[in-house]
Amino acid sequence: MNYFPEIKELPPDPLFGLKARYTKDSRSDKVDLGIGAYRDNNGKPWILPAVKLAEKKLINDDSYNHEYLPIEGYKDFVVNAGKIIIGEESVAIKEDRIVSQQSLSGTGALHLVGKFLKDFYHNKTAKIYLSKPTWANHNQIFTSLGFEVDNYPYWDNDNKSLDLQGFLKAIEDAPQGSIFLLHACAHNPTGLDPTEDQWLQILNKLSEKDHLPLFDSAYQGFASGNLEKDSFSIRTAVDKKIFKAPILICQSFAKNCGMYGERVGAVHVIPSETNEKLNNAIASQLKKIIRSEISNPPAYGAKIVATILNDKELFNQWQEDLTTMSSRINKMRLKLRELLINLQTPGTWDHIVNQTGMFSFTGLNPDMVKRLEEKHGIYMVGSGRASVAGLNDGNVEKVANAFDEVVRFYAKSKL
Amino acid sequence: MLRRNIKSTRSFSITASLGKWTEIPLAPPDKILGISEAYNKDSNNKKINLGVGAYRDNFGKPIIFPSVKKAEVLLLEKETEKEYTPIIGSKNFQNLVKNFIFNNSGKDPNGEKLINEGRIVTSQTISGTGSLRVIADFFNRFYSSKKIIVPKPTWANHIAVLKDAGLEPSFYEYYNTSINGLDYEKLIESIKSVDNETIILLHACCHNPTGMDLTNEQWDEVLNIIIEKNLYPMVDMAYQGFSSGDPYKDIEVIRKLNKLVVDGKIKSYSLCQSFAKNMGLYGERTGSISIITESAEQSQSIESQLKKLIRPMYSSPPIHGSKIVETIFSNEELLNQWLTELNEVVGRLNTVRTKLFEKLDGSIYNWDHLNKQRGMFIYTGLSQEQVIKLRNEYSVYATEDGRFSISGVNDDNVDYLADAMNKVIKESK
Ligand SMILES: Cc1ncc(COP(=O)(O)O)c(C=O)c1O
Ligand SMILES: Cc1ncc(COP(=O)(O)O)c(C=O)c1O
Repeated sequence: MNYFPEIKELPPDPLFGLKARYTKDSRSDKVDLGIGAYRDNNGKPWILPAVKLAEKKLINDDSYNHEYLPIEGYKDFVVNAGKIIIGEESVAIKEDRIVSQQSLSGTGALHLVGKFLKDFYHNKTAKIYLSKPTWANHNQIFTSLGFEVDNYPYWDNDNKSLDLQGFLKAIEDAPQGSIFLLHACAHNPTGLDPTEDQWLQILNKLSEKDHLPLFDSAYQGFASGNLEKDSFSIRTAVDKKIFKAPILICQSFAKNCGMYGERVGAVHVIPSETNEKLNNAIASQLKKIIRSEISNPPAYGAKIVATILNDKELFNQWQEDLTTMSSRINKMRLKLRELLINLQTPGTWDHIVNQTGMFSFTGLNPDMVKRLEEKHGIYMVGSGRASVAGLNDGNVEKVANAFDEVVRFYAKSKL
Repeated sequence: MLRRNIKSTRSFSITASLGKWTEIPLAPPDKILGISEAYNKDSNNKKINLGVGAYRDNFGKPIIFPSVKKAEVLLLEKETEKEYTPIIGSKNFQNLVKNFIFNNSGKDPNGEKLINEGRIVTSQTISGTGSLRVIADFFNRFYSSKKIIVPKPTWANHIAVLKDAGLEPSFYEYYNTSINGLDYEKLIESIKSVDNETIILLHACCHNPTGMDLTNEQWDEVLNIIIEKNLYPMVDMAYQGFSSGDPYKDIEVIRKLNKLVVDGKIKSYSLCQSFAKNMGLYGERTGSISIITESAEQSQSIESQLKKLIRPMYSSPPIHGSKIVETIFSNEELLNQWLTELNEVVGRLNTVRTKLFEKLDGSIYNWDHLNKQRGMFIYTGLSQEQVIKLRNEYSVYATEDGRFSISGVNDDNVDYLADAMNKVIKESK
């Protein structure tokens, strides 16, 4: 008898497959623009100085231990994480309208929220609307929980800009009470965010239709270097009190603390009215899900973040670190555009500097991406998304020249 | 269950009013947590907490294994990145778990053969709970039966984890409280009566909550029934090392299963494993699942499906605990230090167990079972009323099934505890 008769081997996750090909490539000047993690100007991973200092402080503290955390997580972490995202002075905090639960980073937060919505959201047939395009994992996170997933227009490829009208129309057309997943900032993969004015239009339209806003905040502070600025969309949604539906936030510290592998994140549920009983019910149901999936969340990363958020010096260091990362990335954006302009590469390249966060949606097509990999040893995902963090002073010229070559190659072949 | 309790009109949005919101029912609180909370509020300075499933030293304090602390200091010095580990953990972590457990670090030729043939798939998980959860999900998708039997009683969270993943858990007989011992005959009978191909959850050692394990001969007999009925063995090993003090000795059942696989008597089994207790890494959530497969080719399929399951749940496991484990296993001195420390921890538990036994009044209650039980717990056999009485009158806090976490007992409180237990028993006679 075969115990698992139906089982088939699946193709590897595209990003992990890309990484495997990159690792195998023996060319010494290969460039990895696939990875969604920060690299310093030497192309090396970077542990934030704030994190190292916090680790030292933490493990030398007499009260440090490895005990189980409560199911809801490390209190100092979840409470302060909430303040970071909606602002310490937020009306939701004053009115006691925030329920927080620690999660396994951003992915775990999205999974938890999805499961919670599946069990308790009033609109049993509600679809979840994702931006087109979006982070590759969003789709599976929600379909694996039994949701029907749909798209809203986002990226206007012709103009390399936001398709605001298409976005607004999708909000208008979606059945009342749908769920909209919004990238809080540094949209992945396009790097293109709505302007503040555009956000206002989007949020107003969402509230008019009584949709439920689900914010995915994976890059706070990474886009502009400024925590407040990068949570504009969320804070506006909370402060304006325009939503009757609860506001849900999935928060990750993977990128902004450079603690990818520590799996630090949180879910925040913000009901529109103060109701202690409801808060307790929500908190208890979130805990019930956590208890049956993982018992309790991992301690170390949460303690590091809590240490940073609780210590003025470390917090200032972290702000500095955020600036270091975001300004290096911005410098690379400017440099790449400048080089392409100097090369007179066909096309316009302003979008590279108008985009923010880790990624740039270059506009290169899958053929060009393939040629970049094969001919030039430059690895990026087929959508044309480049991780700008993979660029540095040592490789940006090579990358610009290669972009120029593949663009011209395919431009020529069209003739 | 939940869904049925909730009226279909309930709303989690404000189209509806406050009233409808509150139709999210309050989920019941965790029992053990409730005990700790009550304990913390108690002002009696003689109070004792026997609820938590974590080790306490002779002063009632949590410990960090010194070997673990050393590994952390090394990490702090040497770590240069905190990148994502792969979805199922690093190859190094997977290999070390395989070698430590299945090959018994060079002492199990059958396990070694399975490893070399590529017939073991290992994935790092969110400690023991996460491994149970992922394997249950996996069975739900790919195994022929959704039925799974667990011992009665079992770890409080087993049922919730398995059910939540879509399996259908029920019990097999295990323990008889009236004799404070295994109910072996009924155990055999109840396993024989389940449907063929049912999954059977086996506690590898230090059965939680009873502390009572099968003998060698009993294991053989149970495994024979498993073969006859083609049951699928799923081993839960949360306390490796806590029975004998030696993690290499506490895996007899794994060795037996490896042999059965190599002899072709069974084709597959699974292991859920945790470093929470034996390295004291509780909150770091470090553990693994391993599936013994029928072929190297099937291993690849299974591995790819595990990745597909895990990626939308949490992407990849947390690295701090697994880096500690990797650091310890890569350094022979640290590894030996850890083994010694684990042995000392278990030694202390056994010492207080004996002390408590000596101070309990055997003339009013037969306490012989205490000496047969292994691991972090004693399953006293005290009734719910007696446990409540201990709490209300003596500030001794334990779960109402009569399970005491022995690590809460130490030289300073063992007399007080024995005295309280003796009194409660006398009073209820
Ligand atoms: C948009 C978006 N959401 C969520 C995540 C989740 O990341 P993590 O689970 O590592 O926090 C990512 C990571 O790449 C992301 O890009
Ligand atoms: C029998 C058993 N299995 C699994 C676990 C899971 O523990 P963890 O998730 O902390 O590794 C426990 C913990 O108490 C247990 O007793």
